[in-house]
Parts: sequence; C-alpha cells; structure tokens
Amino acid sequence: MHDTTGTKVFRVITITALSIFTIIPIYVMVISGLKPLKDVQGAFTWWPETLTIQPYIDMWKTVPLANYFMNSVIVSVAATLLSLVIAIFAAYAVSRYTFRGRSLFSGAVLSTQMLPGVLFLLPLFLIFVNINTNFGVQLVGTRAGLIITYLTFSLPFSIWMLAGYFNGIPRELDEAATVDGCGPMRTLFTIILPTARPGLVAVAIYSFMTSWGEVLFASVMTTDANRTLAVGLQLYSTQTNVYWNQIMAASVVVSIPIVIGFLLLQKNFVAGLTAGAVK
Amino acid sequence: MSASTAVKKSGPSAGATARRARKPRRAGWWLPYALLAPAVIFELVIHIVPMITGIWMSFLKLTKMYISNWGNAPFIGTKNYQVALDFNSAVGMGLLKSFGITVAFTILVVGLSWFLGMAAAVALQKVFPGRAVFRTLFLIPYALPMYAGVIAWKFILQKDNGALSHLLFDNLGLPGDKPFWLIGDNAFAAVVIVAIWRLWPFAFLMLMAGLQSVPTDIYEAASVDGAKPLRQWWAITLPLLRPVNMSLVLVMFLWTFNDFNTPFVLFGGSQPPAGDLISFHIYNASFLTWNFGSGAAMSVLLLLFLSVVSGIYVLLMNRRKDNA
Repeated sequence: MHDTTGTKVFRVITITALSIFTIIPIYVMVISGLKPLKDVQGAFTWWPETLTIQPYIDMWKTVPLANYFMNSVIVSVAATLLSLVIAIFAAYAVSRYTFRGRSLFSGAVLSTQMLPGVLFLLPLFLIFVNINTNFGVQLVGTRAGLIITYLTFSLPFSIWMLAGYFNGIPRELDEAATVDGCGPMRTLFTIILPTARPGLVAVAIYSFMTSWGEVLFASVMTTDANRTLAVGLQLYSTQTNVYWNQIMAASVVVSIPIVIGFLLLQKNFVAGLTAGAVK
Repeated sequence: MSASTAVKKSGPSAGATARRARKPRRAGWWLPYALLAPAVIFELVIHIVPMITGIWMSFLKLTKMYISNWGNAPFIGTKNYQVALDFNSAVGMGLLKSFGITVAFTILVVGLSWFLGMAAAVALQKVFPGRAVFRTLFLIPYALPMYAGVIAWKFILQKDNGALSHLLFDNLGLPGDKPFWLIGDNAFAAVVIVAIWRLWPFAFLMLMAGLQSVPTDIYEAASVDGAKPLRQWWAITLPLLRPVNMSLVLVMFLWTFNDFNTPFVLFGGSQPPAGDLISFHIYNASFLTWNFGSGAAMSVLLLLFLSVVSGIYVLLMNRRKDNA
C-alpha cells in the first residue's frame, strides 16, 4: 500500500516541526553547559566561542550540589521502595480477591491520585508543625518528613498501576499453583511477582521519576539541611546573578540517569500504563 | 439446626460448608484485608487525615500566630469561604482571576498537547527507517526531570541573554526591542508553551500505545474502498482510540489544572499575574501571608470544582458509551 503525497507531506512536516520544538530546549541546555560564563551573560549564541567543561567542575562548588544529589537519591529511593512494597500487597488483594470494600478502596486510590498536591500540602505542613510542638518530633526539614509527603503521590499511583498489571496475569497460573499446594503468599512471591517484573520496574521508574522532579512539597518541607536537587536548582535559578552555564550543566547531570533509565525501559512503562488504564 | 450439628461432627471442612450457608464467609476471608492493611493505614495517614484536617482548617481563623498551635485557632464558620468568594474583595478577585487564567491555560495546553500527540502518533504509525529514533526523541521532554526542562526554558526566555529573543530579533530580524517573556502579559504564552512542551509527549505515548492495537488491514480495506487518509483517521483511528482518549483527556485535564511545577519553576517568587495558575495562587496566598485557613478554604473549593467537572465528564462518557 502506497502513501498519498498528502500523507507524506503531513508526515514530514509533523516530524520536522515537533523535532525542532523538542530539541531546542535540550540543545540550549547541553550547549550552554559547555560555555564559559561570559558567553551566557551576553546575548545568546547558538555556538560558543570556546567549548569548555569548566561549568561541570565549578557547579559542585557554586551550590552544594553533591549534598542535594544525596538528599534527592535517598528521598526518592525510600519513597519508591516503600510505596512499591505496600502496593504489591494491596494490588494483589485488589486484583485476586473479591471482598467487601474492594471498590471503595479502588475508588479512593484512583481519586486521591487525581487530587491537587496543594490540597494535602497545607494540612500536612500544619500536622508536621504541630507534631513538633506537642511531641518534639521534627518532620519539616527532615528527609523522613519529605518521604511521607512523597507517598501522597507515589503510593496511589503504584497501587493502581500494579493492580492493572496483576490483572493482566492469567488466573490459571494462580490456580495451578494452588493445585500444587502453594498458599496465597507463596503464590504471590513465586508466581505473580516474577511474572510481573516488567510492571514492578515500570512502577518503580515512575515513582522515582516523579519523586526526583517533585518541587511542591520539597519547597515547603525542606530547609538547607535536606534540600533536594529540584528545589536547590530552582532556588538558584531565581537569584539575580545566575551562572546559567553551571545551572545548565547541573540540569544535564541530573537528567542523564533518569532519561537513560526511562528510555531503556519505556516499553515496560507503556505496557504498565495501558494495563492500568484499560482496567 | 440438628442437621448442621450433625455435619459439624463429620469434619472441619464440612463444618466450613455449613457455616458458609449461614454466613457467606470463607476460611481466610480476612486475608485480603490483611494484605490491604498497610496500604489503608498509609492512605489514612497521607490522604484521609490531611483531607479531613484541611476541611476543618478551612473553618478556622488559622493565621500565623496559630499555626504552631492550631488548637487555639478560633472557629469562624464559613468566613474563609465568604472572603474567598467575595469577588469585590482583593482576595476573591485574585482567586477569580487566577481561576479564569487556569481555565484558559488548561484548555490550550490539553487541547494542543492532544493535537500534537495525535499528529505525532499518526505520523509514526507506519514503520519507516528512523522511526524509533523520532519516537525516542519525542519522549525525552517527558522523561526529563520536570524542573530541568523548565529551567532550560527559563534560560531560553530570559530577556537579554535568552535564545528566544536571539532567534526572533537577531536571527529573524524582527523589529523592536527584546521584550520580557516572563514578566507581564507574555508570561501567559510562556507558561502555556512550556507546559505543552512537557505534556504532549505523554499524549503521544498513550496514543501510540493505543494505535498499536489497531489492526492495519482495516486501513487497507478502507483505502481499497477509496477512503482518503483524513477520512480513514476520522472513521477508523478516532473511534478505535476512544477508550484511550477518554482516560487520557481526563488525566491531562487534572494534571494541567493542578499544575504547580511549571509556573513555580518558571517564575519563582515573582508570580506575574498573567501566569498565576490556581495551585500556584493558593500556594502563594497561603505561604506569603501564612493565612492557612483561607488557603485551606481555597483548596476545598478547588477540590469541589474538580470533583464536579470529573464527575460530569465520567457520566457523559459512560452515557455516550451506552448509546453507542
């Protein structure tokens, strides 16, 4: 079957226009990270006079980037693992059992992930502050406090997506396991989880990506002690005298692991997402 | 009764059957609840309790002096709501304006993102050399940590040393002075474009996944029948993508309407009125004045609005599905 001329023109125009739109910010980010400071302070140039990797060296001193990195890694990994573990059991129950309150639970999970973060921000901040006043437990400005707030978005999403994934695993597998004498927990660990590995990976990537990029909770719940990359760089970019070359270099560094991870595993991700959506 | 006593003696499994007849409870009925318990506990702590607290806060005079000791905050009934909805007051007017801007922002961003995502998904529907490269490229804005992409845009949109000014005025030779992109009325266009840049790859991803389940021989049959490509898209692609579109549009609507990250990273503390999206507005209203009662009331109003819109949307969609 041959394409008409119209189809070909549509395809070329669409792909060209969207490629330019997509690439320009990425190009600006990458090239500006390789420019000396005076190049980013004057008028923009598409190509620098001299290419330098100096911004990649200086950025570690300009802002406590290593510190931010550490905080981001700890908080994102902890929120991801915690929500994954909780979600595995919850999704197993929702996917494999019928019980009273099942649709109430699924409905609550689905709707909470749609709610604006700002709705939870003020009460959680108030609760944290008052826990500190009454019990002396500091949560604002600690990693633990930040992890709890990150669960507000990573947990419902993980449950919803994993349940969709588990639903896609044929029940015959469970039944065969039961016939072989496996109890429900052994079925979960020896049959369901290994089969659902792509789904687990997709859920983990998504939780990690969202936590890594989160700024709403981080901007309120962090102080200098536990600042994450997201707010650290955001704060720095609002200063009057910004070293744009260093901030672009830092943006490249924080993006590379995420982008590579996502692109390598995008197939899992799409499968997981559509499995959840179809349900 | 005597029969069930007799059965009970015959063995534990038979006894279980008799009990089931009376009450529909199987052995191990508690298992799903046990599996669910950690999730329910966490959901209570992170969602349910804060939501109830938020609603309760909205009826309190919760200003700066009461925040670290909320027990003392006086109950003021619906006063916070009255102020937020009094469009003659500065607070009410600000909220209304922000709401209007957010509605326009949402319609533009969701509409255009869907359009671009659909165009790209259709353009990449057929296999051709280099297809995988473009597919990967288009997904990068979505994969980037959200603040990294927006900070790059922030640099592009700088007045004097930004790439956009350079492109328009130095490369393309537009007359006039370089304007501020992030201050004043241009801020609205700026935040719309940045939000589209981040969102359209998601639409593309979902629509592309949806197109994979469309069998290609339908198109062949249609073109044998003489259907032009646009007509094929309208008569085949669009109806088959309906289930994907239904959830895609709702999710994009909610994400975009609640978008805080884009304006926050793009504008920082300066919050130009033209880019004052609702989540950003509530955030600033709460943390600049430390009036949490008023902020909570606005959050509850936002929640009500989103619930009503989503509810109507789901109802309409389900009804149309039943009619079809």
